[in-house]
Amino acid sequence: MSNKCVKTLREAIELSGLKDGMTVSFHHHLRNGDYVLNMVMEEAAAMNIRGLTVNASSLFDAHLPLIGHVKSGVVRKIQTDYMSGAIGRFISEGVMEEPVEFRTHGGRPSAIELGCTPIDVAFIAAPASDPMGNCTGKYGKSACGSLGYAYPDAMNAKKVIVITDNLMPYPLPDWSIPETYVDFVVEVEAIGDPKGIVSGTTKITRDPIGLIMAADAARVIKHSGLLKDGFSFQTGAGGASLAAAKFLKDIMLKEKIKGSFGLGGITGYMVEMLNAGCFESLLDVQCFDLDAVESLRSNPRHQEISATRYASPSARSAVVDSLDVVILGATEIDTGFNVNVHTDSNGYIMGGSGGHSDTAAGAKLSMIIAPLSRARLPIVTDRVTCISTPGKDIDVVVTQKGIAVNPKNKELRDRLTQAGLPIVDIHELKRIAERITGVPRKPEKGGRPVAKVIGRDGTLLDTICSVSDSGF
Amino acid sequence: MRRSLLFLPGNTPNIIINGDALGADAVILDLEDAVPPSEKDAARILVRNAISLMKFENCEVIVRINSLDTDYWKSDLDEIVPLKPDLIMPPKISCADDVSIIDSYIAELEKEFGIESNTVKLVPLIETAMGVENSFQIATASKRVSALFLGGEDLTADLRCKRTKEGNEIDYARKRMVSAARAAGVDAYDTPFTDVNDDEGIFADAEYAKSLGFTGKSSISPRHVAAINEVFSPSQKDIDHAYEVMEAIRIAKEQGRGAIALHGKMIDAPIVARAQQTIAMAEELLLMRGGRNE
Amino acid sequence: MTDIVKKAYAGTIESSDVYVELEPNEAGLDIRLESVVLSQFGDAIREAAIEVLEQFGVRNAKVKIVDRGALDCVIRARVEAAIKRGRGE
Repeated sequence: MSNKCVKTLREAIELSGLKDGMTVSFHHHLRNGDYVLNMVMEEAAAMNIRGLTVNASSLFDAHLPLIGHVKSGVVRKIQTDYMSGAIGRFISEGVMEEPVEFRTHGGRPSAIELGCTPIDVAFIAAPASDPMGNCTGKYGKSACGSLGYAYPDAMNAKKVIVITDNLMPYPLPDWSIPETYVDFVVEVEAIGDPKGIVSGTTKITRDPIGLIMAADAARVIKHSGLLKDGFSFQTGAGGASLAAAKFLKDIMLKEKIKGSFGLGGITGYMVEMLNAGCFESLLDVQCFDLDAVESLRSNPRHQEISATRYASPSARSAVVDSLDVVILGATEIDTGFNVNVHTDSNGYIMGGSGGHSDTAAGAKLSMIIAPLSRARLPIVTDRVTCISTPGKDIDVVVTQKGIAVNPKNKELRDRLTQAGLPIVDIHELKRIAERITGVPRKPEKGGRPVAKVIGRDGTLLDTICSVSDSGF
Repeated sequence: MRRSLLFLPGNTPNIIINGDALGADAVILDLEDAVPPSEKDAARILVRNAISLMKFENCEVIVRINSLDTDYWKSDLDEIVPLKPDLIMPPKISCADDVSIIDSYIAELEKEFGIESNTVKLVPLIETAMGVENSFQIATASKRVSALFLGGEDLTADLRCKRTKEGNEIDYARKRMVSAARAAGVDAYDTPFTDVNDDEGIFADAEYAKSLGFTGKSSISPRHVAAINEVFSPSQKDIDHAYEVMEAIRIAKEQGRGAIALHGKMIDAPIVARAQQTIAMAEELLLMRGGRNE
Repeated sequence: MTDIVKKAYAGTIESSDVYVELEPNEAGLDIRLESVVLSQFGDAIREAAIEVLEQFGVRNAKVKIVDRGALDCVIRARVEAAIKRGRGE
């Protein structure tokens, strides 16, 4: 064959043999600027294909048209690791018959590879590709950096279609996914909106409470015994998590600590840490901003890794297993240290594990930073509305009114208490919160299951039910 | 221990409810400049409720009432005094009479509400040229006066000059106020640093204030609190020296000696007082949460 | 006269605050509540408002409350301020 280029997306879909009831997959590296998922689903709808399962590593507000396809029967089932609030709301209100299957960023590739979630046609949005399908996210007007989450799809789907808006001559020199996995290549006008693509990062928080928690988080790390040469670290993209990274960087530079690697979810702040000499390398499964994309392009110490290598629990090992510290967020935490990142306190889906459970399971120290209450709702409850990450994997909870350490980690608790940090029992944190906010009534649990939360090991962690009408 | 004093707008619940988590030794709930005239009534009630129903952990609560030349100050005191706040800060205090007026009114309220007299203390805000000149009289005008507080912003308006980061224009006022406060045996608090975004400059400004003898420093921005706490906390050197002084005194007492010398210098009463204060602060810091000053 | 004589409001719709609007009413307390934490604290908010209204002897009023997660002491403060304004104090 001279090349795999196909003139139109429709033609590619026809050639792939996509039929009713099959599974299609997408990565989310174009984040909220993605056009591809909608493009493909619209075409499938126009072709009268119905009952599809959509396996998307994450779904954002830009993917709202998906709900229309659900209602019209084009989409029967959704498998994902994260779902933004706008889409989540529809799901919580019960728009789908079949419950959504939530996995994690490590559990997804694992399920694909083990054959639990087979993919018929994988659609790989690629900011740069040659006519044989060697492609990458590092170049092009829609550059998104790492294509980490696309690897398992490319390597395991029955048919693989690369969709690009930047066709380059063969052979693409700096490829991420090789042609050996690709069946068809389609060139389109635009695969996404650059403004929405690298919209992942917030800035370092300016909220004084966030800064105080971030400083305490850095102190916890400092006194954990893990902050020494060879240290490895991952942080979330939220404002307080980034601030914690900044404070940590200051400590590392001051004490001349040479870390081994930074992991993530890479932002410009992590790139700064790399360039400042805090780490030997960055292992990147996803770029959150243009600084990260640029660094991935130009710095050999900034390396792209696949989702499997990042966090798969069934791989012989994954990077999360070698991680020292991870900083995470939470919408709720219960007195057993179980964490909820799937729903808000009313039960509406507005998130998902992403890499939460994977990093929490792998890291030696998993830390949650969260304000003690958000708009009168205490963060700490008796039982989370949904278990996203089990308590056994969470070590520390940092709030502005105290730090709770998981009782199973007595040594850490003693260390931190010695260091003068405000260590408080988790039950006490709950009491402190409730003294301020009052005791909240538990909202009514709705009837129907609308989503399953599947843990890293493939077993069912929790079930999310529909939200009953609360009468606004 | 009052190293840092943080202003919080009195009509903004969002900020008040997190006030004690910002690390300041004292928060100043502001009914004056931070509240527009149309909201004075609501702010007063909100602050009253906050003081009576919320627990401010690890920090003192000061209330800045409105000035004597408004209609509001009496209502502010009516609402707040019964709650026995740690301190009341009357603004624009220019002479001893100003203090006496407020003193009398508070005394009436204390009587009416069965509060032991002189319970409610004052920290007059010196922010006029007249106030600066009358610092000593103000500081000694009433037993309630526990400290003097410098308000650089309004002061420079009265002096008809610009308020600058360097602070040359308030230098005389700073020194005069500290001197008056110490002469009267009360504390002195410095005015906020002007540049909210300058995380380095706050250190220099606070160090300067400390070097002049101020007890602590106020701030309008939570970002400056940690720096102020650090500067006004005793250093390890200060603490070691303080213990040395007390040890020297103990030994001298044992040996029945009268005059005590340490490193060739005589130890007299002010030095002992300083040492005791330093030790008290050090102990309080140890008891407190492990300090944001690492 | 302890009832509301004119429409009055206090508070804002900023986070952690509550907007309270009072109007004269023919008979009784007519309370309309919107809240970001309705299922968790709806009852508590209503109770707090009613308590303050009773404390100040207000028996008849149209009450509109738009709550953005205000703490109990803030709700009480805003209701009280609205009452005093509504009486022309």
